[in-house]
Amino acid sequence: MGKKFVAKTGNETMAEAMRQINPDVVAAYPITPATEIVQIFAQFVADGVVNTEFVATESEHSAMSACIGAAAAGARVMTSTSSQGLALMWEMLYIAAGLRLPIVMPEVNRTLSSPINIHCDHSDTMGARDVGWIQIFSENVQEAYDNLIQAVVIAEEAKLPIMVTTDGFIISHGMESMEMIPDKEVTDFIGEYKPAYSVLDVDNPFTVGAIDFTDYYFEHKRAQIEAMSEAKKIIPQVQQRFGERFGRKYAAIEEYRLSDAEVAILVLGSTAGTAKVVIDELREKGHPVGMLKLRVFRPFPFEEIVRALSSVKVLAVLDRSDGVAGIGGPVFSEVRSAMYELDIRPRIVNYVYGLGGRNIDLALIQSVFTDLEKIAKTGKAEKMVSYLGVRE
Amino acid sequence: MATLKELAARAEEKGELLSGGHRACLGCGHPIVIRQALLAAKEPVIVGCVTGCLEVTTTIFPYTAWRVPFIHSAFENSAATVSGIEAAYRALKKQGKYDKELRFMAMGGDGGTYDIGFQSLSGAAERGHRMLYLCLDNEAYMNTGIQRSSATPKGAHTTTAPAGKVIPGKQQHRKDLTACMVAHRIPYVAQTIAGNWKDLTTKVEKALAADGPSFINVLSPCPTGWGYKPELTLEMGQLAVDTCFWPIYEVEDGKWKLNHQPTEKKPKKPLVEWLKSQRRFAHLFKATDSEELIAELQERVDQDWEELLAKCE
Ligand SMILES: Cc1ncc(C[n+]2csc(CCOP(=O)(O)OP(=O)(O)O)c2C)c(N)n1
Ligand code: SF4
Ligand SMILES: [Mg+2]
Repeated sequence: MGKKFVAKTGNETMAEAMRQINPDVVAAYPITPATEIVQIFAQFVADGVVNTEFVATESEHSAMSACIGAAAAGARVMTSTSSQGLALMWEMLYIAAGLRLPIVMPEVNRTLSSPINIHCDHSDTMGARDVGWIQIFSENVQEAYDNLIQAVVIAEEAKLPIMVTTDGFIISHGMESMEMIPDKEVTDFIGEYKPAYSVLDVDNPFTVGAIDFTDYYFEHKRAQIEAMSEAKKIIPQVQQRFGERFGRKYAAIEEYRLSDAEVAILVLGSTAGTAKVVIDELREKGHPVGMLKLRVFRPFPFEEIVRALSSVKVLAVLDRSDGVAGIGGPVFSEVRSAMYELDIRPRIVNYVYGLGGRNIDLALIQSVFTDLEKIAKTGKAEKMVSYLGVRE
Repeated sequence: MATLKELAARAEEKGELLSGGHRACLGCGHPIVIRQALLAAKEPVIVGCVTGCLEVTTTIFPYTAWRVPFIHSAFENSAATVSGIEAAYRALKKQGKYDKELRFMAMGGDGGTYDIGFQSLSGAAERGHRMLYLCLDNEAYMNTGIQRSSATPKGAHTTTAPAGKVIPGKQQHRKDLTACMVAHRIPYVAQTIAGNWKDLTTKVEKALAADGPSFINVLSPCPTGWGYKPELTLEMGQLAVDTCFWPIYEVEDGKWKLNHQPTEKKPKKPLVEWLKSQRRFAHLFKATDSEELIAELQERVDQDWEELLAKCE
C-alpha cells in the first residue's frame, strides 16, 4: 500500500491523533495556541466519532483535577494546554505524577507572562521540568504526531503522565505534509488500557492520595523517581516497536552529522529543523559542524548525551527559555552538569534565544557556529551565556 | 426516608464505612457527619475529599479509616476531581466496560468549599455532574490552626482575624454559600447540622437520588476551634438551629422548605446563648463596648431568618 500524505497543522494533527487514540475522558480548558486541539476534538465528540466523555472545565486547574479523578477511575485520559494553563495546572501536575496516573497531554509551547505574549518559547514546560512528567519535544508535525501515539504506550507502561510538546504557532499552526497511520493500526499499537488501579472498584475499596508523614513520604518519592528511571528503558522499547511497525525511527536524542563534528549545538523542538539547513550549508563548505537534538527531556537522557558529545571540542546549548537564575537556561545547566562526567570535556557555552516567539533564522544559527569555531581556535570564550537575537 | 431501624439494619449489613481509630479530635463533628452520610447511601459510593481535617485525620498512611473508595488530590478541587471520576464512570459504562450502579460524593471543609474550592464547585455544578457535594462547615480553617474563612461569622476570633485590643475578631459577615448553590439551579440544595441524624440522612438520601448535582452544607461543630466541651457537639448543632444562626432547610427543584421552625412552646433562642457557648466569642463578653456588635449580629440573624421564611412560604 502506498504511503498517504496529508497537509495538516500541528494542532490538527494532535487532534487527529486524539481521535485515533479515542480516550475515555478528555478534560480541558482553552488557551492560545493550544485551543484548536480541544476545539477540533470537541467536534469529534459532538459528531460521535469518539467514545470520549469531554469535560469542558472552568479552568486548567480543574481540567487537571478532573483528569486525575478520571485516570484514578481507570479511564484512559487526555488533556491539552499551553503556557498560563500549564502554570495554573502546576500544583496538580505533581499530584498526577505522584499518584502514578498515565495522563497524556499535547502541550503547545508558549511563553509565560509577564509581559503577556502568546508566542513560542519553552518557559512553560521548562518551568514544569521537575513535576514528574515525562516530557517529549517535537521538531515538526510528523514527529509530534508520532510522539503522541507513542506517548500513550509509554505513559501506560511507565505508569507516569506524559506531555508531548510542539512549538507554539511554529508547529501548532504551521501546515506540513505528514503521514497519518490508519486508525485501526493506531488502535492496535496502543492496545487496550489496563489500569493499575481504579477507584470504581467498590468491592476492593482503597484510599488514593493518603497523607504520608516523615515515615513513608521518602520511600514513596523514591519509588516514583525509580519509575522515571525505568521510563528510560521503556521509551526506547516503544520507539523501536513504533519504528518497526511504521518505519519512522526515534530515540531519546537525535544526532545530526555529529560523529565527526568538532563544534556542535544542542537544541530542542522546531529549531532543529532550521539548524539542519545551516549545518548542511556549512558542511558543504567543509566546516566540521553538527547537532544533537534532544527529543526526550524527561527522563533526562544524560548517558546518551555524554556519549554523543564526548569528542566534540566546543558545544553550544541553545535554550529557548531562561532560568532567570544567573547562569543561563535550564538545558544548559543540565547538559553542563552531565558533561562533568568526562575527564576531557568540550567547552560549553549557552545561547538563550527566541523568547516570546522572537524568530530564530539561518543567519543567527550560523553566527553561533562562527562563535564556536572561534572559541575552538582561540581556546577562549568571551561569554558563558549569550542572548541571541535581542536588542541589547 | 430511612427510619432509625432501617439505618441500623443497613449499618449491620455494610459495617462501619468510616472506621474508628482515625485521629480526629474528641467530639469532632466531621466523622459524625460522614458516618451518617455513608449510611444514608443505598448504592455504593465513591468519595473524593479535599485537604483538611477530615482527610488528614482519616488517611494517615499506611492506615485508612475509609471502607469505601476514597480519593484526595488537593485542597481546592474535590468537585473537579470527582467530576472526572463521574465522567470516567459514564464513559466506561457507555462502552460496556463497567456495569455497577454507583453514587459520587465530593466533600470539603468550609475553606476548601467557600473559599479556595468555590470555583471548582461552581464549575462542577454548572456542568451537571451527578454528584453530591458535602460541605463540612466548621467556620474556619481548622486543619491549619483556626484561620478565618468566608464562612467564619462576624465577631468570631480566629488566628488570622484575631480579637485584639482594637479589633473584635472577624470584621465581615459570612458568605451565604447555600444560597449561592441554589442560584446554580441544581436539583437539590440543603442545609443541615451534625447532630440531627434524621435530617442529615434524609437529605443525603434525597441528594443522592437527584438526577444531577446536589449540595448539602453541614454545620459541623469543632470543639477545638470553637472552644466548647467535646461532649457537646450534637447540642452545639441543635443550638445553632434553635437560635436560627444555622436554619435547616432544603431547596428541591427550586422550592424552598424549612425543616425546623421555632414554636410557641420552643421559641427562637436569643443569639447570645449561641455566642456565650463558645470561647471564640468570649471576647465579646469581656469588652464593655461589644453590645452594639452583639446587637448587630442578632439583627443579621433576624434579617436572614425573615428572608428565609419569605422564600419558604
Ligand atoms: C493550595 C493550598 N493552600 C493552602 C493549603 C493549606 N491548607 C490545608 S487544609 C487548610 C484549611 C482547611 O480548612 P477547611 O477547608 O475549612 O477544613 P477543616 O480543616 O476546617 O475541616 C489549608 C489552609 C493547601 N493544602 N493547599
Ligand atoms: S480541629 Fe476541629 S475539625 Fe479538626 S479534627 Fe479537631 S475537632 Fe475536628
Ligand atoms: Mg473548616
